[in-house]
Amino acid sequence: MALFFTGLGTLVGSGVMAALCYRRATLATRVAVTGAIFGAGLVLVPALPTLFGGGTLVASLPWSMPGAALRVGLDPLAALFVVPMAVLGVLAAIYGARYLDPAHANGTLGVHWLAFNTLIASMLLVVVAQNGVLFLLAWEVMSLSSFVLVLYDGSAAEVRRAAWVYLVATHLGTACLLAFFTIFGAAASSFDFDAMRASATAVPAGLLFVLALIGFGTKAGFMPFHVWLPEAHPAAPSHVSALMSGVMIKSGIYGLLRALTLFGPPPAWWGFLLLSIGVTSAVLGIVLALAQHDLKRLLAYCSVENIGIIAVGVGLGLLGKAYGLPVLTALGFGGALLHVVNHAIAKGLLFFGAGAVLHATDTRDLNRLGGLLCRMPLTGATFCVGSAAICGLPPFGAFVSELLLYSAAFVAGTTGSPALVAAAAIAITGLALGGGFAAACFAKAFGIAFLGEPRSAAAAAAHEVGTPLTAVMLVLSVAAALSGVLAPWVVGSLAGAVANASGTSLNGTTAGLGVAVDGLFFVSLAAGILIAVVLVLTLTRWLLLRRRPIGATGTWDCGYARPSPRMQYTASSFAAPLVELFQGVLRTHRRFTPPVAIFPPSATLSTHTPDTLQELLYAPIFVGISNALASFRPLQHGRVQLYVLYIAVTLGLLLLWSFQ
Amino acid sequence: MRHALDFVLVTLVLTDLVLLGSSRLTACIRLVAAQGVLLAFLPLALTWPELEVAAMALAASTLLVKGVAFPLVLERAMRDARARREIEPFVGYTPSLLVGLGMLGAGTWLADRLSADVVRSPLMVPVALSMILTGLFFVISRKKAVSQVLGYLVLENGTYVLGISLLSETPFLVELGMLLDVFVAVFVMGIAIFQINREFDHIDVDQLDSLKG
Repeated sequence: MALFFTGLGTLVGSGVMAALCYRRATLATRVAVTGAIFGAGLVLVPALPTLFGGGTLVASLPWSMPGAALRVGLDPLAALFVVPMAVLGVLAAIYGARYLDPAHANGTLGVHWLAFNTLIASMLLVVVAQNGVLFLLAWEVMSLSSFVLVLYDGSAAEVRRAAWVYLVATHLGTACLLAFFTIFGAAASSFDFDAMRASATAVPAGLLFVLALIGFGTKAGFMPFHVWLPEAHPAAPSHVSALMSGVMIKSGIYGLLRALTLFGPPPAWWGFLLLSIGVTSAVLGIVLALAQHDLKRLLAYCSVENIGIIAVGVGLGLLGKAYGLPVLTALGFGGALLHVVNHAIAKGLLFFGAGAVLHATDTRDLNRLGGLLCRMPLTGATFCVGSAAICGLPPFGAFVSELLLYSAAFVAGTTGSPALVAAAAIAITGLALGGGFAAACFAKAFGIAFLGEPRSAAAAAAHEVGTPLTAVMLVLSVAAALSGVLAPWVVGSLAGAVANASGTSLNGTTAGLGVAVDGLFFVSLAAGILIAVVLVLTLTRWLLLRRRPIGATGTWDCGYARPSPRMQYTASSFAAPLVELFQGVLRTHRRFTPPVAIFPPSATLSTHTPDTLQELLYAPIFVGISNALASFRPLQHGRVQLYVLYIAVTLGLLLLWSFQ
Repeated sequence: MRHALDFVLVTLVLTDLVLLGSSRLTACIRLVAAQGVLLAFLPLALTWPELEVAAMALAASTLLVKGVAFPLVLERAMRDARARREIEPFVGYTPSLLVGLGMLGAGTWLADRLSADVVRSPLMVPVALSMILTGLFFVISRKKAVSQVLGYLVLENGTYVLGISLLSETPFLVELGMLLDVFVAVFVMGIAIFQINREFDHIDVDQLDSLKG
């Protein structure tokens, strides 16, 4: 663990140094990125052997804070989260060094890098903390540093608003976690996870589970608590979005899994609750994504979908525990954990791609893009890979994780227990529906942005981004493909983490996962063949087209003499058939001026899909609170003397009260 | 040393009362400086006749910080801000004096209720509490920023006396640490006053409310 802590120290130390030399943006960037590479590298040294070899590294240091101890433990479950965090953190740092051009940066670049490295370090600390107080402290540092990162371009009002929404949401979640740890810790009379685990029978488990679900679910983005994601992800710089969406929201999943290990055997309703939340998030998340025209907002909603898929897996795993089905437990938790990794790869890749598009064209609006594949071939190809990967299409890793989840659902469906069969049916239809919409969604995202003709001058003038950016995207594309091709080995090496998460023995877990591993060899073989065929076809095309003229000409236009790029499918029109099916949920706003008469002078259509939950649920609540608190406004008058008087009077009253 | 100790404590109370009745800021700063010098005698008087190194260090640093450094910083801030006297305080000078006497009574009453271990002089705790209350009142009732800093210093002087009197084995290190905190605070406040004045051409704290969002 000494290496681990040295890594954390390197991260924070280099961040502080970067902040100190904020006047020299280039130097600050170099210091921070070097620190991130070395720090994350040091962290990986103990994490990789733990992930693949099993075993638990523990360290404990005395700490003068009451109730707290510097107890950390690195078990395979923690290592499974540490590895993507460290790797994606390094990639995002390399990407960000080029993405945030130091030459045009304002003075906040030093602070940005301090927050960036602190975010990586605090995420890593969250997943190894074995004490409630330490966990909450790291959690809070994580929330605050990511808030600072979202606020990078704070001069824009919408960015400030997004950061504010994020700050409020994350603290409402943390409030639930505070209650969770306080109640649990009071019952155990210690905040150490081991002590809490030992007194799991003495606590109101149902209440605590709901608190953990809300608290961690807010960070992860479960459906009713997801409202900050579509605000914060588009507002943040793209490498920050990649880090937040790729791994930071997974800390919510980690927290939930770790909290579940503190309880005894779960009642069945926990599994059903998590399963229904997961299916809701998966289906509604991707439907909302389909209706967006902002590329990064679309990706944010897609994260909600994938978090939902992970929740479905955890729910199935819990059902397996509740009904005593080890195979279901192993497959459910295994699919969820594998999807954590695969989604980190794919979503990181997609946000990097979206960042490259934004960098080249200065817009996130899909309706102003188009034709980018010819202009940015590497970004286009990697974005295509990311799109296929995130939809769960073979040969990429997410296919394997979703396959595990389907297998889990079919295991549950063939048990004969009516409740389990119903759960399986819901899970399978939800996953299938979500998968289909995801394919449509990314057909739209990739097709509108990269295919066709450019819809604006900015898109027409776009050119490929620099080497560090494309290199990072290529690395992630290869990782996405490898996690699919190496599926049997990847799933097999999950056993330690799954055993930690599900609280079952390593042998039982290996046996449970073994059910799937046998079939995965064919998946792996097919994936290899598919990749080879695509490569051969690409090579053939290149060979055939080499040294031949490539011309461009108009398609047959029904005799219309003036076709323009505006006559292509738009993001709205492509998604319209599916979006209209869900009009009741989406409540898309349409402004439509239909063409009239035989020679119509003008006609316009614009659509905008707001977040229904935010508009109908959260906005009224917060407006109500704000109005209720407005009556206290006169108390804040700005007179320092009266403020001191408030304090004096309060202290005096407390003193009198203590004399009673 | 009992008489010397009582003499110092009574003088501290008297400086408080004079402070409440003065309008000239220069005089107020001098009074607080005098308080600082008096405070420097306290650790020596308490450990007499032994001359402990720690006590002497505390006395010397108190003298330097409260008797010399603060007056210099504050007079500089006052000169830069061109503020000579406290104009129109929220509570007038004569009522202030009466409140000061009330604070002395309240301090005595509180000390009685606290039933703290009396170390060396029964006056110490009442004087300390009355200084704290007077300092608070000074902060609340005055307008100029320099006056606020002075009130804060009087309050801190009270906690200094209280700290020395309540702990039979005074951890001088703690006192030294507090001294450092106060030093930094006054330094920052002095600079802040200067900057505020440069921006707004006055240091009336009650007009800072135009800044609130």
